[in-house]
Amino acid sequence: MEAYLYTALFAPFVGSLFAAMFSNRPKNLVAGIAASTLLFVSWISSVVLLLHVAHGEVVHVKMMDWIQAGGLAIPFGFVVDQVSATMMFVVTTVSTVVHVYSIGYMDHDKSFNRFFAWLSAFVFSMMILVMSDNFAGLFIGWEGVGLCSWALIGFWYERDSASWAASEAFIMNRIADLGMLIGIFLVYWNFGSLQYDVVFSQVNGMESSILMLVTAFLFIGAMGKSAQFPLHTWLADAMEGPTPVSALIHAATMVTAGVYLVIRANPLYGEVPEVSHFIAGLGAFVAIFAASMALVNRDLKRIIAYSTLSQLGYMFVAAGLGAYWIALFHLMTHAFFKALLFLGAGNVMHAMNDELDIFKMGGLAKKMKWTMIMMTLASLALAGIYPFAGFFSKDKILEAAFATEHYVLWTTLWVTAGLTAFYSFRLVMLVFFGEERYKIFGFHPHEAYKYMLWAMAPLAVLAVIAGFFEHDFVHFVSNMLPIEEYHVSSSTFWTLVAVTLGIAVTGIAVAVFAYSRGGFSKKLEKTFIYKLLFNQYYIPKLYDDFICKPYAEISRIFWKDLDLKVVDATVDLIAGTIYKLGMVSRVVQSGNLSNMLRWMGVGLLALLLAAILYSPIR
Amino acid sequence: MITLSHYLILSAILFCIGLVGIYRRKNLLMLLFSTEILLNATNVGFAAISKFYGDLTGQMFAFFIVAVAASEVAVGLGLMIVWYKRRGTLDIDSMQSMHG
Amino acid sequence: MFEAIAFYLFSAVTISMFIITVMSKNALYSMSALAAGMIMISGFFFLLDADFLGVVQIIVYTGAVMALYAFGMMFFDATRDVKENIRAPKLVFLLSGMTALLLVLAFVAPIVSDHIQALYPVVDGVENPQAVGIVLFTKYLVPFEVAAVMLLVAMIAGIILAGKKMDESLTLKIDGDEEFQNKGSK
Repeated sequence: MEAYLYTALFAPFVGSLFAAMFSNRPKNLVAGIAASTLLFVSWISSVVLLLHVAHGEVVHVKMMDWIQAGGLAIPFGFVVDQVSATMMFVVTTVSTVVHVYSIGYMDHDKSFNRFFAWLSAFVFSMMILVMSDNFAGLFIGWEGVGLCSWALIGFWYERDSASWAASEAFIMNRIADLGMLIGIFLVYWNFGSLQYDVVFSQVNGMESSILMLVTAFLFIGAMGKSAQFPLHTWLADAMEGPTPVSALIHAATMVTAGVYLVIRANPLYGEVPEVSHFIAGLGAFVAIFAASMALVNRDLKRIIAYSTLSQLGYMFVAAGLGAYWIALFHLMTHAFFKALLFLGAGNVMHAMNDELDIFKMGGLAKKMKWTMIMMTLASLALAGIYPFAGFFSKDKILEAAFATEHYVLWTTLWVTAGLTAFYSFRLVMLVFFGEERYKIFGFHPHEAYKYMLWAMAPLAVLAVIAGFFEHDFVHFVSNMLPIEEYHVSSSTFWTLVAVTLGIAVTGIAVAVFAYSRGGFSKKLEKTFIYKLLFNQYYIPKLYDDFICKPYAEISRIFWKDLDLKVVDATVDLIAGTIYKLGMVSRVVQSGNLSNMLRWMGVGLLALLLAAILYSPIR
Repeated sequence: MITLSHYLILSAILFCIGLVGIYRRKNLLMLLFSTEILLNATNVGFAAISKFYGDLTGQMFAFFIVAVAASEVAVGLGLMIVWYKRRGTLDIDSMQSMHG
Repeated sequence: MFEAIAFYLFSAVTISMFIITVMSKNALYSMSALAAGMIMISGFFFLLDADFLGVVQIIVYTGAVMALYAFGMMFFDATRDVKENIRAPKLVFLLSGMTALLLVLAFVAPIVSDHIQALYPVVDGVENPQAVGIVLFTKYLVPFEVAAVMLLVAMIAGIILAGKKMDESLTLKIDGDEEFQNKGSK
């Protein structure tokens, strides 16, 4: 099994290195195919490992000692248990699909090879993140995905907006990673180790205040990576990257790392209800907050990005309520249908020459039948319609919220479910149906390559059927995660299902009805709420005004007044003094023998004086 | 009674006369003369120490200094002649080519 | 008593001779005063029981070195006064005076001589030249030979430097090497 583990881990790395060898060369199809093939190998290994750990065994290997300093011992160890096997399966599945898809999507890009180098490097980092058996390894992977995310958001670095978005994502994550790092330090300080099993076995004897600090700081890291409020602005801007990147990193895998961290550290979070409740509350807030912004946005990818944010909120609600398996389950189903949605959006973008405004599209169904079908499937799954994957996981979250008597959370999530359904189908309606507005703008849409559609097919299948594996999944993760049975009477249960489905269907119906008749009136756009939502609650502007600009001003003051007038001046003074001394003492070096002899006399005198003053014989 | 100190002080005075010559004169020939004075001044010191400590090493040094002085004069004078043929003067200032 | 009279006499003469050497504007006077000073120095050597050194001093300095200077001065215009642009003469005397003061101070101070032991003590009943010879040809044989070689080298160098061809540069002749060699063989 170790061989499979290493294969799963290092195949993407080899693929990345291989593609990186051609990074400065013109497009080389081999780089893409090799990277994809190696990822497929990694996927096979992951599936083998998944089937292996399904029997309840855990594969745990120690590759080498990494840090041995005094009492600090951190090995490079990897563990494949039910949680990480699930994550590996999700990551490799989506990555393989995205790699194959990217061969078509990046077909005309001059940096084709570089793209695959970074994409495979990302998968490698993500695998380290999920497979590590300690917090230090997790942090390495954490930073690795951050780096790759930066490189891929800013992949078209010649665009200012792309490099700006890349920097924003990276800096936001730095802020959060500081919290994460403090959390890890606290773990080491209090538990004396960073190994998961050692740490979790000592949880019972710990003071709750310490646990609260540890979990709170670790959650700050998770907030950054999973783009939770108030560190959420980077995710929407990250859509500047190529669409496959958005599908893989900013929908399916990296942004769920925060959820993974909470799930992985569930023995810690299970002990501190305060932090867990905060997580759940924040998750619910982000869910409705992001969904409301998605309602009015005109940008194809940003809508999906906000929807990702919203769904991450759902996951955090589940994790915060102690229903870790539901969080993991929703993470998995969400990865499938959200990646599918993004890849479909990629097809649309290709067809529309990278146009993103959905009001310039419409009626694309005729030209892009298969893309339309797959995106509709994904939207249905996102909206949570039976029997698609989203229904099962989302319904479970609502059920958990209701059963633990968090009615506020339930109501919030319930409303969000309706909003989700609405904006998903608003997107579908505006893009694929209705008036063919693209003709006005002179676009000539066409369907994507066949193999790109075939690459998306597995995701479409999974988006449809993944929900039916619910009971197998519960059984599968029961070794690792606490499974709580929620006791609600069957009549309540069916009522809940009906109410949830009802609002989802209502949302879809409203969207379909409204947009098949040309959409809402323009008057709505004048209202305050529309403006508020369209400007993302003015949060980016607030950040700009209250953080960025004062910071820039402080920096300018430090530069002009402190650096130039104090530091530089001091340095210049020293240099100037030395220069002037040189000018003055230059005359000594005249090359005149007589002068030199006189200087020698001065030296002789000084030496004599020193010899007499410091003579050992007195 | 003449002691070692007398000789050493004499040696120091002679040495300083040599130094005056070296610092003061600009003529190469005079510089060579002054060098001879310096060497002789030290020779006196060596010989005196040799005598007052009953050790021949001082005299040995004096011998070698004499040998060095002889060689120095031979080579120095040769170089000086070459220089004089070239420039027609023995003034040190004429050797200066840098401006400082 | 005799030693003291001799010492002060020789000292006075030597110092005055050397001062003349240093201060005189006429090269010929300088040289003559230097030669006189050298002879007086040899007087000190005789006083200090270094007979051999005294003889060597007279032969080498007054005999050889001074003769060499005399010959060398034939090349220069020796009778003409030396014209010098002496800058900051006070500084010269200040420097030298300070040095002298310090040296005198150092030598006047009582020196701890207990730890100094004679390496090659003067053997009783042996004349100075003989003793010198014994030390010179045993302990200092190698430096003595090296000094001999040095003198030889210096001699050859002196001959070459003052030789006829020296109005032409040796180092700049590399290009026209063949021509130069032809010239040399003639």
